[in-house]
Amino acid sequence: MEFDALLLSRIQFAFTISFHIVFPAITIGLASYLALLELLWLRTGEARFRDLYRFFSKLFAVCFGMGVVSGVVLSYQIGTNWSGLSQAAGNVMGPLLAYEVLTAFFLEAGFLGVMLFGWDKVGPRLHFLATCMVAVGTLISAFWILSANSWMQTPAGYAFENGEFRATDWLAAVFNPSFPYRLVHMVLAAFLSTSLLVGGIGAWHLLRGREETRTRTMVAMSVLFVAVVAPLQIVAGDLHGLNTREHQPVKVAAMEAHWETQRGAPLILFAWPDESSESNDFVLEIPKLGSLILTHSFDGEVRGLKSFPEDERPPVAIVFWSFRIMVACGLAMLALGWIGAFLFFRRRLYDSRWFHWLAVLASPLGIVAILAGWVTTEVGRQPWVVYGLLRTADALAPLSGSSVALTLAGFVVVYCGVFGAGIWYLLRIAREGPSWAGGPEPEISAPALRLPGE
Amino acid sequence: MDLATLLPVLWAGVIVFAVVVYVLADGFDLGLGILFPFAGSEADRDRMMNSVAPVWDGNETWLVLGGAGLLAGFPLVYSVVLPAFYLPLIVMLLALVFRGVAFEFRERAPHYKQGWSISFWAGSLVATFAQGVVLGGFVRGVPVEDGVFAGGTFDWLEPFPLFVGLALVFGYALLGAGWTILKTEGEQQAWARRCCRLLLPAVLLAMAAVSLWMPLADEQVAERWFTWPNIAFLWPVPLAVLALSLLHWIALERGWQALPYVSAAALFLTGFFGLGVSLWPYAIPYAVDIWQAAAAPNTQLFALVGFAVMIPIILAYSAWSYWVFRGKVGDEGYH
Repeated sequence: MEFDALLLSRIQFAFTISFHIVFPAITIGLASYLALLELLWLRTGEARFRDLYRFFSKLFAVCFGMGVVSGVVLSYQIGTNWSGLSQAAGNVMGPLLAYEVLTAFFLEAGFLGVMLFGWDKVGPRLHFLATCMVAVGTLISAFWILSANSWMQTPAGYAFENGEFRATDWLAAVFNPSFPYRLVHMVLAAFLSTSLLVGGIGAWHLLRGREETRTRTMVAMSVLFVAVVAPLQIVAGDLHGLNTREHQPVKVAAMEAHWETQRGAPLILFAWPDESSESNDFVLEIPKLGSLILTHSFDGEVRGLKSFPEDERPPVAIVFWSFRIMVACGLAMLALGWIGAFLFFRRRLYDSRWFHWLAVLASPLGIVAILAGWVTTEVGRQPWVVYGLLRTADALAPLSGSSVALTLAGFVVVYCGVFGAGIWYLLRIAREGPSWAGGPEPEISAPALRLPGE
Repeated sequence: MDLATLLPVLWAGVIVFAVVVYVLADGFDLGLGILFPFAGSEADRDRMMNSVAPVWDGNETWLVLGGAGLLAGFPLVYSVVLPAFYLPLIVMLLALVFRGVAFEFRERAPHYKQGWSISFWAGSLVATFAQGVVLGGFVRGVPVEDGVFAGGTFDWLEPFPLFVGLALVFGYALLGAGWTILKTEGEQQAWARRCCRLLLPAVLLAMAAVSLWMPLADEQVAERWFTWPNIAFLWPVPLAVLALSLLHWIALERGWQALPYVSAAALFLTGFFGLGVSLWPYAIPYAVDIWQAAAAPNTQLFALVGFAVMIPIILAYSAWSYWVFRGKVGDEGYH
């Protein structure tokens, strides 16, 4: 039997990166949340913030460990499986990834030890500094890796000679056209996902009858954050979409399953795109709304898939559906946040059991949205790995199909086993919850921290 | 000397630096994992784990820096060498998954602690062996045609790479034992000293075997070492190895705390120096030199600025982190 090294390498990369992205997304959000909790604790001296800090730092440690080991895999897989890409684009992407390691990974790793194990080894201010450094590290990491990804989507500041990219303008390469939008969209997504998880855990403990300040704090912080940030995220997503329409119009055509170029295009809510007949089956659509969303005008022109050569179109159905899943999750988050905020201000947030159930059910929505969004943008840029310039098929390393089949099987077995166990442990820590009143409380004194000028 | 000549040399220094720091740092926590099942008791194992828990992640980051640095400085090497060692590299990455998660999982699964201890040990052992295989295969040379790897899937499956894999297992274990001496006391430290006494001869034998094997197998290496005037400068290298071994032995006998690890690390440095002498100036042995493999000068310059600025800062706060957790590791809980 002959294995297709290209297809298997694509599946392997998709599989390993999908597993990976979940963990950094949570650690980006949790690190900033932990920094906030520690600041609140240092300033107020209230035990609930300290207990929440210690609780979420356990979840953080497990997530971080899994993020590290699954991330090392990716930093090598670009070479092991996609040496055509590393050879052609190493001149531009190499420094971006090197800067990520130098300015982010070391920062996180260097202060993580003190953050997790250093409570009684350093003073509270120094400990707070360590938490902040870890949080800043996660954000710097997002900066560089999203810059590198965005450069592949919308290359800039380069010259393309003899099949190799050369950087001509580093500023233009780093701040390439899609980068600011992708960065904002992803960081907000990480924050929202984490916030939904925090709220879900709190709501679950409320349902279990642990109506304490700790659980209430979790739910309230989560609900208010989501209520404010979910609409911001929708605006950011819209701007990102406009940017994609400008730079990768065929991706947008696939996201909307528009085959024909038209003015006043409808918004297709449901359809089954059929690539062989270049049309949609089972269509449910709202007239004109597509043009309104994409061009912010009722009769704006929207380019259809047929205006692009057949061998430059992405797989339509996957992109169309993953985009819809992401948007649906986003709208659900918005509804959850606003209902929760309404209940909060009516002082009914803590005894509306139906809402607690909703919050528990909604807790994975952010992660689902992140995965669906990345599927949209990554499948949507196919068949290119560097958009318009280097095809994915030409980036493949000289590998035998059977060795990729072997390693893919290895990744599937190991990831499902090891990270499956990890997710199980995460759920178990979440189920235990923070140390409850009456339980053993760590002896840590909180000197009220005053900011300069107070 | 113009920039295009100088930059690749500086970059070779950067890569060597990253690899050396990686080996000396992650080497001891991988070695600790290799020795894990031989420790006297479960409490001993917990102490070993606790002694590296705050720093292992930073240690492993040097491996990521090596990869990213290679991509930035020598994209050709990254693009040829990684596919050439596809299977051992993927095995190494999967092994690192098993050992990396064990730090947290071992504490989270009281009923399955044993399982994650085994995962830590096996992951450390396999990752080390795979690293040695890659190193050994790399040293033997990698065929390149038109800037693409031109060998087969199992080229690395030869006696020499496998032997280097085994040698590295002993080497990392020696570093791990040296670290254990530094971080523990009493009976456990005595056990670690016994480990060193057993491992040192194995490491020396392995170094001697590699030192003979390479010049016998490759004429270029023989020429590099045994012709005039090189030999006039190089004859002290084996002498340094012997002197360091003696120092290590004395440190073990006299009960010194830090010197066993330091002298083992110095032994590694001489080994690296020997490899460097043999391979210079090849970026991919016997096929591509560092100037042919170099990224465009503006790429190398841009990334080099980052290294020059960030490495001192990184070393400073990493050293601070080690300082915070200095001294003997106690029995206190994990978190």
